[in-house]
Amino acid sequence: MTKGLNRIFMTTLAFVLAGLWGLPFLYSVWTAFHEEKYSANFKWNAPITFENFAQAWNAAPFALYFLNTLILITIVIIANFILCTLVAYAFVRYKFRWAGLAFGLVMVQLLISPEILIVENYLTLSSIGLTDTIIGIALPYLNSAFGIFLLRQTFMTVPKSLDEAAQIEGAGAWRVLWNVYVPLAKPVYLAYGLVSISFHWNNFLWPLIVTNSPEVRPVTVGLSVFATVESGVEWSLVNAATLMTTAPLIIAFLIFQRQFVANFMRAGIK
Amino acid sequence: MNKRLPLGLGFVLLVMPCSLLVAFTHYPAVRALINSLWNNASSRRPSKFVGIENYEALIADEKLMQVLTNSGLYALGTIPLAIFLSISMALLVNSKLPATGLMRLSFFMPTMLPLVAVANIWLFFYAPGIGLASQIMNFFGLPTINFLGSTETSLASMMVVAVWKEAGLFMIFYLAALQAVPENLKDAARLEGAGPVRVFIDVVFPLLRPTTIFVAVNALINAFRLVDHIIVMTKGGPDNSSALLLYYIYEVTFRQRDFAYGATLTVLMVAILGVLAAFQFWVLDRKTHYQ
Repeated sequence: MTKGLNRIFMTTLAFVLAGLWGLPFLYSVWTAFHEEKYSANFKWNAPITFENFAQAWNAAPFALYFLNTLILITIVIIANFILCTLVAYAFVRYKFRWAGLAFGLVMVQLLISPEILIVENYLTLSSIGLTDTIIGIALPYLNSAFGIFLLRQTFMTVPKSLDEAAQIEGAGAWRVLWNVYVPLAKPVYLAYGLVSISFHWNNFLWPLIVTNSPEVRPVTVGLSVFATVESGVEWSLVNAATLMTTAPLIIAFLIFQRQFVANFMRAGIK
Repeated sequence: MNKRLPLGLGFVLLVMPCSLLVAFTHYPAVRALINSLWNNASSRRPSKFVGIENYEALIADEKLMQVLTNSGLYALGTIPLAIFLSISMALLVNSKLPATGLMRLSFFMPTMLPLVAVANIWLFFYAPGIGLASQIMNFFGLPTINFLGSTETSLASMMVVAVWKEAGLFMIFYLAALQAVPENLKDAARLEGAGPVRVFIDVVFPLLRPTTIFVAVNALINAFRLVDHIIVMTKGGPDNSSALLLYYIYEVTFRQRDFAYGATLTVLMVAILGVLAAFQFWVLDRKTHYQ
């Protein structure tokens, strides 16, 4: 009997917590789909409208912002895949002097991430004339300690016998990397790619500092420029724009939910 | 064992990729240290060596003291709360209650949203009069609070936003750890007559320790690294009551254009993170091996 009561109590608690947790987001969704006059007074049967999304889309160059984010993410991910693979391969397969120290120095980036060093990185960027460019936003993120760490952990699980068998067949360093190590790390690449997309889609401070003109702004910066309520933009439009800029991520999450969760778990287990 | 790394290959595998990393991590850290010993150049005179002058300004800076207090409170407030909530969430989602899939979605959704979007959503939520927070308070006949506009509540309001954004991600890590707890350990405890609470405290929680350390390290780094919501929601105000260290660096450098002082603050930030890392490394080293 107490077991049944306990269960009812726990279920109620869980629903209340989950409900409260969802509330800010649901309220934002509700406002985005209704006319401005309803954002102050909630009516369950208020008519649903898509007008806010259309207005927000036309009020700022969001298509351009999306394109910029897409270019940025593509550059970063391709660079990350190549560069992190090379470094991880060197650490796993070869021995060299000061390897431990070198690895420690690489891992420093996990702690002192580029966000912390905005002042000097901005000076570097302006001295090579790359401020206000997409490549400038990407530059500090092209190589990543997290990616190197993840791939190193994966490469270490590759059986030495496979490596040796490939060498006996006459494969050189590059063939071994491409035909033995990389294929075995495929799920990690997928998982790391998903995390990277989410990270760079969300990144804000650095792009805010580096960019000046709408032509290179990613969506996060574009959204913040559009959604300054003091400038008189209506709440329903702000909420519509907010949802619009995050929709691709939410949809991707719903599709890849399983991989996402599995991958975040893997990152945690290390 | 492993082969020696040939020079040419080492250049391609290590030196070239890592030079990018060094250029945007180690080089700027060292350069911040150097620049903190020089003053700003102006149109009339070039930058000149001033020794520890910037650091003297640092110590005399009352605003900085408040910013550091805020950062400390922010870290101490958000990290334990996020850990407590994420463990609770993981336990609920991992239980045999109905609709756990929906719960997981609700808890994890904020993690997917960019912090800027989260900031917008909460800006609206907190908005006096129009936002849900004050509507709920009105409903219960409570006076309206200007959450972001008052010095007493602005920092706490930022903490709520940070916890809301982060807890779902940490829940996933705990979920993974919970699923790895061997069923027979729990069964043994139950056979000995332990109730669910005892089983959790004595069996499950100790096994979650590595996860807790991992989550705490991440939460700590995030507490210093993420200020997007501050920029969007309060701009550090009112009266600097919600300004965090990285936000202050941003403000000093890119709004007041004081790059020398920005570099000095960067050195302080790196030093704080270094000390915290050393401390955590020490804790980690001593306490994680007991499984």
